Amino acid sequence: MKTITLSLLLGGLLFAGASHATAADHVHASHAWIRVLPSGLPAGGYVTLQNDGDQPVALSGASSTRYADVMLHHSSVEGGMSRMTMVDTVTVPAHGKAVLAPAGYHLMLMQASTPVKPGDSIPMTLEFTDGSTLVTRFVARPANAIDAGDEPSGH
Amino acid sequence: MKLRRIFFPALLLVAGLLLAGCHSNEPLPLRLTNISGHMPDLDFKLTDDLGKSVTGADYRGKVTLLYFGYTHCPDVCPLTLAQLHVVMQRLGPLADGARILFVSVDPARDTPAVMHAYVNAFDPRAVGLTGDARAIEALSKRYRSAFSREPGSADGNYEVSHSSAIYVFDRAGKARVLATPSASQDDLVHDLHLLLDTGAAR
Repeated sequence: MKTITLSLLLGGLLFAGASHATAADHVHASHAWIRVLPSGLPAGGYVTLQNDGDQPVALSGASSTRYADVMLHHSSVEGGMSRMTMVDTVTVPAHGKAVLAPAGYHLMLMQASTPVKPGDSIPMTLEFTDGSTLVTRFVARPANAIDAGDEPSGH
Repeated sequence: MKLRRIFFPALLLVAGLLLAGCHSNEPLPLRLTNISGHMPDLDFKLTDDLGKSVTGADYRGKVTLLYFGYTHCPDVCPLTLAQLHVVMQRLGPLADGARILFVSVDPARDTPAVMHAYVNAFDPRAVGLTGDARAIEALSKRYRSAFSREPGSADGNYEVSHSSAIYVFDRAGKARVLATPSASQDDLVHDLHLLLDTGAAR
């Protein structure tokens, strides 16, 4: 009897979950760009995520057919030392945004299958903790770029 | 008439000496952290990105910006170099009197060839310096800078934590300014202007 109640309860919860829109449904990506470095060196990927939903969502990673390995990283400066650490998730608050930008959160893009050149547009699949995904095109920019460049970025 | 002929050049000489005196005695109104007299002169023995052995003395006559980093650093190092490129652009033709010295804290992976492609992607006045691990450590210690290799991942990749400071030396190789990557770009341009405008040796 107890197990039946539990199953019903779980089933109900799953059903409720499924009826909700996914994280990716509420998230809009902008200012997506890659800083291309020479000699196939690991590159930084940046994007601004806007969450229009009432619930926070969390980015858990990304993948691309162009790069063999994509990792979610965070750069920090502590006591005058620069270091980079791997992170599991980046939270996008409800009705708020998460900015992946130089010297903070970023995607570390490694081992491009073919050289990525400035001007290229690289599709990246952003993955959220609920399993939903959002495909966003990242524009490849030169090594000495400061930001996404083309899109209006408010400066 | 005769007196005037002697007097005028003498007056010029005196005025010139006075001006020169002012120049060397008055401290430069630097905006960023002034480290004049607090850090040793620029000195090292490394290999540049063309594979040539170089020493600190090879950069006398140039204002130098010393920054430690490594090419497998995808975020902070390129950002700092991109920002220094913007600073150089803002200096206009004066920037030819300056050099960005990017010293690798990862000499195992940063060969002169890798360094060459890397620094040139940022600025034509950037020089990549690599070399013997001990020589790099000596240079780093000289400026109380530090770096440490972090444990690597299964695929052999690893990160290197490193000091984020930028050290600026004048044309005589004297340490002058300490800047952080978050320092105001206006202040850095201002201070470089001061250093480039003075003591234009060579």
